[in-house]
Amino acid sequence: MTGHVVPVRVYLAVFVSLLALTALTTWVAFLDLGTIQIGEAHKLDLNTVAALVIAAIKTSLVGLFFMHLRFANRFTRLVVLAGFFWLALLMSFTLGDVNTRHWDAIPAPWTAPAPPAAPATAPAPAVP
Amino acid sequence: MTEAAATQGTEHPAYLAHQFADEAQQFEAASLGMWVFLVTEVAFFGALFACYTIYRHLYFAGFEAGSRLLDWRFGATNTAVLIGSSFTMAMAVRAGQLGRRKGIIGWLTVTMILAVLFLFFKFNFEWAHDYHERLIPGFGFSHPGVHSPAVQLFFCFYFFMTGLHAMHIIVGLGIMAVLLWMAMRGKFDSGHFTAIENTGLYWHFVDIVWIFLFPLLYLVGGRY
Repeated sequence: MTGHVVPVRVYLAVFVSLLALTALTTWVAFLDLGTIQIGEAHKLDLNTVAALVIAAIKTSLVGLFFMHLRFANRFTRLVVLAGFFWLALLMSFTLGDVNTRHWDAIPAPWTAPAPPAAPATAPAPAVP
Repeated sequence: MTEAAATQGTEHPAYLAHQFADEAQQFEAASLGMWVFLVTEVAFFGALFACYTIYRHLYFAGFEAGSRLLDWRFGATNTAVLIGSSFTMAMAVRAGQLGRRKGIIGWLTVTMILAVLFLFFKFNFEWAHDYHERLIPGFGFSHPGVHSPAVQLFFCFYFFMTGLHAMHIIVGLGIMAVLLWMAMRGKFDSGHFTAIENTGLYWHFVDIVWIFLFPLLYLVGGRY
């Protein structure tokens, strides 16, 4: 049982592609790709989007070839997809919560109120 | 069940556990188990990435200022080193598949050298640079400007995430040392290289984490 033996040239091609994508993501970081306005309050930073897309492509290359997912059985692939699905849930629900909540400004620190002025005449204690 | 059928199949290599029908099934079970572990690692690092995303969203300007204080050349060099080590690890697994003992030993050694190189760059040059620039929270952190608290928060994320990643590299180095020792004693052949395959999966996962850490920490700070 040797599994699927991937030819060396495939590994080399993946390696060179990963290096090229690293160079690309570094180069893109020095360009101003601008932002997209979403609604009134939110902006999407396109440099971040580009960086994440390139990172996702690199991850796919590593996963499919170096980690043999291309040749793995369906159940293994399902487990991997489930992992990323949970990550997507984690990100989307947490960010959805943060983005739809009203954040109060941090209130000023509590200071002790000035003590009430002492009454001129102390009230007589109520004696039953 | 006849006696002949009952004893049939009990003759198997020592490394094949009794409960598996054949080597292929054992191999798939081991690989699946490794993937389940890696999924928990995705959740582990994923929580940190989610945290980072939220605070970058809340303190965008501070995180950009913090990111610009990192030297991207350290990050890019280490990315290339780690991708190279992933390639050599894939070659080590391939040598395992083909039962080439010398190939396993050679490629594992190169992978370990690259891993040590990664840690050397990170600890010896980069973190020393950060220390001299007073960027390490808790060790004389100092940053002028209005975003100082957010910059410090960015560096907390930076050191925690890259530190956790470096810890994974150190663990990987330990596992590879054991594999090297096993390979030298001739413990692997083309039917039995599960330990190498699973270490490979772990190593590539560590590479993937860095593939995301590099742009998110070093690059997306508006360097233009």
